[in-house]
Amino acid sequence: MSERPVPELAALQGPEAPPRRNGEVVFDAPWQGRALALAIALTRGTDLGWDSFRSRLMAAIDADRDRPYWESWVEALEDLARAVEAA
Amino acid sequence: MSGGHHHTAEPAPIERRVAALEEAMVSRGLTTTEFIDAVVQAYENDIGPMNGAEVVARAWTDPDYKDRLLADGAAAIAELGFGGPEGEHLVVVENTETVHNVIVCTLCSCYPWPVLGLPPGWYKSHAYRSRMVREPRVLLAEMGLELGPQMEIQVWDSSAEVRYMVLPQRPEGTEGWSEESLAAVVTRDSMVGAARL
Repeated sequence: MSERPVPELAALQGPEAPPRRNGEVVFDAPWQGRALALAIALTRGTDLGWDSFRSRLMAAIDADRDRPYWESWVEALEDLARAVEAA
Repeated sequence: MSGGHHHTAEPAPIERRVAALEEAMVSRGLTTTEFIDAVVQAYENDIGPMNGAEVVARAWTDPDYKDRLLADGAAAIAELGFGGPEGEHLVVVENTETVHNVIVCTLCSCYPWPVLGLPPGWYKSHAYRSRMVREPRVLLAEMGLELGPQMEIQVWDSSAEVRYMVLPQRPEGTEGWSEESLAAVVTRDSMVGAARL
C-alpha cells in the first residue's frame, strides 16, 4: 500500500505535516481529501506557490493548537482563496 | 436527523465550507471536479482501511473482542479509538466457510469510512450498486472473486441507519502471528466483501 507521490504533501514536514498512520496520510472524513486536493489545485492554478499555502497552514495551526488538523487546513485554504479573490 | 437514506439531511458546517470552496474554485476556472476527484482517488486505496484492519486483527486474536464486535460493532470499534458520527451504527458481519458477505449502498454511497476510509470509485458506480443486489455471484466473479455454488452470498445494503463492514476469515497459515502482522494482510476489498483473504 504505497502512497502516490503528491509533492506538495511531501513538502509538509514540520508541525504542519498531516496526521499519518503507518506512514500513510490518514483522512477521517471525505471532505478532508477534497480540502487537500483544493489546496493543491489553488496553488497550481495560480501564481501562488505551495509555500503561500504552507505558511497559512502553519499560522492556522499556531492560532489554535486544539483545533483538529484538517479544520486548520480549511481555515488556511479559505484564507488563501480570499487572497486569490482579492488579487 | 434525516430519516432518509443519505448520511444526514444537512452536511456538517465544515463539509459545507469545503463544498462551497470547491464550487467557487470550479466556477472561477481555478480547478475542475475531475482534478479534485483524481487527487482524492490517489488516496482512496491507501488510507483509512488501516483502521478496519486493526479491528479485524483484534477480532482474530481476541475471541471476547470478536464477540463484542459482532454484538455491537460501533461500541467495539470505539474501544480501539475509531468512530465518530459515521461510525455510530456500524454492524460487522462475519464471513465463514459457507457464508460470504458483501456490502453495497444501492441508493448512494453510504460507506463505513471511519474503518475503511474513502470509498473506492467502483463502490460508487451505478453498475456495482445495481448489480451487486441483482447478480452478486456474477459481479464478484468479474471482480476476481469466484465463489463456489456451496457458498451462500449475503448482500448488505447500507443506509443512514446502518453501515456494514465485513469481518473476513483469518487466512490459513497465520497461526501465532502478531496482531500487527495480521493487520498487514487485511485488505480494504476483503472488508467490503469484494475479495477474500
